[in-house]
Amino acid sequence: MKLYDSIDLAARNLRESVLRNSLTTLGIAVGVASLVAMLSLGVGLQRLASRHLRTSGLFDTVVVTSRRDMRSFNREQETNGPSPAESPELDESARTKIEKLPDVAEAYPDIRFITEFRFDDKPHLTMVAGLAFSSKDSDGFEGMQGHFFSADDAHEVIIQKNFAAELLGKPPARGDENVTVSELAKPLLGKPIIMRYGERDSSGAGADASSYSVISRELPLAIVGVTDLDPDSMRGAARARLFLPEKLLLTLHAMQAYNFRDSTGMPSNQPTYTTVIARVTGAGKVDSVEQAIKKLGFNTFSILDASKSMRRFFAILDLFLGIFGSLALTVASIGIINTLVMAILERRREIGIMKAIGASDNDVRGLFFAEAGAMGVLGGVFGVIMGWIIGRMINFGTNVYMHRQGFPPEHFWAVPWWLVLFALGFAFLISLVSGLYPASRAAKLDPVQALRYE
Amino acid sequence: MGSALIRAVDGITINVAEGEFVALLGASGSGKSSLLNLIAGLDSPSSGQVVVDGKDLGRLSREELAQFRRHVVGMVFQSFNLVPRMSVLENVELPLRFAEVERGKRSNLATRALERVGLGSRLKHRPIELSGGEQQRVALARALVNDPKILLADEPTGNLDSKTGTEVMDLIRDLNQFMRMTVVLVTHEQFLAENYANRLISLADGHLVSDQQNLKVAVRGEA
Repeated sequence: MKLYDSIDLAARNLRESVLRNSLTTLGIAVGVASLVAMLSLGVGLQRLASRHLRTSGLFDTVVVTSRRDMRSFNREQETNGPSPAESPELDESARTKIEKLPDVAEAYPDIRFITEFRFDDKPHLTMVAGLAFSSKDSDGFEGMQGHFFSADDAHEVIIQKNFAAELLGKPPARGDENVTVSELAKPLLGKPIIMRYGERDSSGAGADASSYSVISRELPLAIVGVTDLDPDSMRGAARARLFLPEKLLLTLHAMQAYNFRDSTGMPSNQPTYTTVIARVTGAGKVDSVEQAIKKLGFNTFSILDASKSMRRFFAILDLFLGIFGSLALTVASIGIINTLVMAILERRREIGIMKAIGASDNDVRGLFFAEAGAMGVLGGVFGVIMGWIIGRMINFGTNVYMHRQGFPPEHFWAVPWWLVLFALGFAFLISLVSGLYPASRAAKLDPVQALRYE
Repeated sequence: MGSALIRAVDGITINVAEGEFVALLGASGSGKSSLLNLIAGLDSPSSGQVVVDGKDLGRLSREELAQFRRHVVGMVFQSFNLVPRMSVLENVELPLRFAEVERGKRSNLATRALERVGLGSRLKHRPIELSGGEQQRVALARALVNDPKILLADEPTGNLDSKTGTEVMDLIRDLNQFMRMTVVLVTHEQFLAENYANRLISLADGHLVSDQQNLKVAVRGEA
């Protein structure tokens, strides 16, 4: 018998016992809905965590430090790598080498120093850092009030919300953060702020690179953005709260902490850096770039290690959620077996007739498989819809709770296409497996016995 | 009870030639229906051979037996054995589905078979909406739709009154006479067998009692 004939007859048979088959299909739908709701929660949470990691601006960056500094983000590198004395200097030529590595989009020195800013004639001391113009395209500034730097050497600053609160004389507020940032930004955007810094001037030092003079400078800047997120969060105590365009900072020759180290015995003919940021062309390339930089003799750190652990955690979470979700589907599969076994009893004579007029064992088996499969597909479709609704409700309920707690709304739940296809496929497969026994039993029926059955 | 062996058909040797109309006669439990099931390939002999159309049915696989039932034999039962939830046309189409005949062709063949038994106007009716005689004619159309070589009829008039029974038997006789279809009729009604079959085989307790030509039909046929 051809497949469409099997499906046609199966559909006809299913319509005959509408209530019983509908209840069985509903059982599958509930099972699939529970699976979809569980897995969509897992996927949603994973996406949420990934999004927060990505918006940290560090997902596609590798932080490079010199082993000479005797400090590393990863202690293992210190013990396994060459001794600090044999390690290369992290200078301009090293930066160029790193930038030329495959899959490295750019490598720029991480310039940061503590200096004074004057706003409304009041001094504020904070850490300032350079921001590469390429950061404009990253998600790190999503939700920022104002705008990114208009040019890579513009006299503009972006400030972190905590610093914005400090400038306005407000204590950092917890809770309803979005509103706070927009409220903080209103009185600050477009306002002038003056940076006071020490310029390192080597022009009068002659051949001696280790000697230089420091000139006090003031630079008028304009506040163009207030960011909610902390793009510098990984830096811990060294995190900056105010950002200038990287190129502008480079031209200022501002005095930094490591300049003192240079003057204490490590003279160099070119600028040296404590840290270089290598931006990788894609998050997937971070590992290979890290390895290449380590081969050059530098220490590296990336968020990749954190994301690996996170992926492992979510894989396990998804597995457990999937198992719990599948339990309901397993119960539903018993319902399919029960329904089909009942159908065999009821249609025993009909099976006998079909065999007497030429149906083979495979025809009968196929017919029961088609019935099981049809219930699986129907249950799968309804289950996905139910799961989607349940997920929406969970999301809505959680966000109501979050709102009451003063947190911004989030998407805890996601139903990607692969999950829809997986749920439908899984429901279909479970149904076919459930149909194995009844189909086999129907196929083996003795036609003579079946024809005698009343 | 249980595993005790009952010989429903024992030690019977008969040969049926192509185009013959054979009646298997006997009381209830004589083994005539069991013999018919063996010829139909619905049952397998525990010993001996059943050779139909050159095929030793005992040696055929289940799939081959299904094909045999699909193409070589057509069956008519006492209780019609129509599928109640299917229309008349769909019942007749059913063997064609198993023979994997295309949908369009299937409908034409089934309609033609129903027209042949005089039910061309009842295609969309359900079996329950038909009289017993009409239901048996639908069963006959279903048995014929795959154009089998042998028609096996198990008490086809058992549930019919004498008038409709005669109508059905006339149809079967026409198939035998005009289409040269071999017919094996199981009946316990002597007069029915004598009126239609040209060979009468009597069974009792699974054994062959007599096997004789029916001169009455033979003479009428010659006339």
